[in-house]
Amino acid sequence: MNTEQILSALAYVIFAPILGGLVAGIDRKITAKMQGRVGPPLLQPFYDVLKLFEKEKVVVSRSQNFYVLTYLVFMAFTGALSYSGGDILLVIFALTLAHVFLVLGAYSVNSPYSYLGAERELIQIMLFEPIIILTAAGMYMVSKLTIEGGSFRVWDIATLTTPVILYLPGLFLAFIYVLNVKLRKSPFDLSTSHHAHQELVKGVTTEFSGSTLGRIEIAHWYETVLLMGFIYLFFGYNPLIAVAAIIIIYLFEILVDNTFSRFKWPLAMKSAWMIALILGLVNLCALYYVKGGSL
Amino acid sequence: MAYLKKSPWIMHYDASSCNGCDIEVLACLTPMYDVERFGIINTGNPKHADILVITGSVNEQNIEVVKNLYNQMPEPKAVIAVGICATSGCVFRECYNVMGGIDKVIPVDVYVPGCAARPESIIDGVVTALGILEKKKAEHKKAQKERKNAGEKK
Ligand code: SF4
Repeated sequence: MNTEQILSALAYVIFAPILGGLVAGIDRKITAKMQGRVGPPLLQPFYDVLKLFEKEKVVVSRSQNFYVLTYLVFMAFTGALSYSGGDILLVIFALTLAHVFLVLGAYSVNSPYSYLGAERELIQIMLFEPIIILTAAGMYMVSKLTIEGGSFRVWDIATLTTPVILYLPGLFLAFIYVLNVKLRKSPFDLSTSHHAHQELVKGVTTEFSGSTLGRIEIAHWYETVLLMGFIYLFFGYNPLIAVAAIIIIYLFEILVDNTFSRFKWPLAMKSAWMIALILGLVNLCALYYVKGGSL
Repeated sequence: MAYLKKSPWIMHYDASSCNGCDIEVLACLTPMYDVERFGIINTGNPKHADILVITGSVNEQNIEVVKNLYNQMPEPKAVIAVGICATSGCVFRECYNVMGGIDKVIPVDVYVPGCAARPESIIDGVVTALGILEKKKAEHKKAQKERKNAGEKK
């Protein structure tokens, strides 16, 4: 690791929550506008989290807060790994690990809603995983075009001069399709959501309150910024286009969030895997054939 | 800092309301009144809530439920009784199964009368509760400190 990488990792750890919180604020504002409302102030997510830190600490099980803290730490670590240009596969598995800690936290308390949320969170991880791994494989194949032997390093992929998006349009679409799983938006807000009171109270976060809930929220902000970094990788050849793409895609996901109702888990599962298999694999095979097996 | 004031999350429980007050509570969330402007979010989880909004009077069957919900909310918390039923029991007061207003079971901080209470007055009630929350927070902190000090002395 050189100093540049360490600095960008540090910058991520410090600024990602700020950026993520702002994005959440803009998100809520736009959502409100779409519903014909005025909406909360821009800084509302920060007020919410700061308030949560002011509340009484209620603990249901002894290990619960430890798991959530680990979740937050791993989320920040995953992002730092990615923004410092580390191995993309490591990033993907560290991200999964972070979520596993959240699931463990939800399982550590004795509540049916929490269990239900934890199970659904596992399903969500399963939903997202194949596509993101295929994406990593695709990026590796594209990197082979210019780099001898190819590279899994985020730094190398982000600085590729070939437009990755032109080689991986199918994978990109599949990635966009499942992005709402990680953004916790409809139609994939199965495990926890702002709108599912009747059905699962608050899912995974049901038994977390006060500062612990605040930590989950901050981890989510970290994750949002991490995912934006993933979108960037498709457009690394031109940072301006990349930023524009990130904004457009996020707006699109908000629109989807507001127009779709929640899927049942079998439909979510089937559709996501179907799309991953069809778009992703066809994309990879096509790439392989077009390049005459030289990849 | 007073972040509590900026992000009060409410939980709405229907004790035995005729549904009139419930509709009015929900009306507060619509674009017409849009309480999210004030950072108010309707959460279904007592552990995330700061303010408990109860409509309807307490009856024999839901005493436990009301108490349970109240006890699960982390401090500082406030309770708003919405509608005249929740305030006093209204015409149902004499019913064989009705206990009366919510304050028969848990401490109530704000009473919002009306049958049904209008959205404007419900929002006004929540805003009043915010002031009370701030006070409660100070009290809670003081109590915590005293408890700590007492613990040290032992
Ligand atoms: S106050 Fe009136 S509207 Fe409200 S619950 Fe009672 S009877 Fe119904």
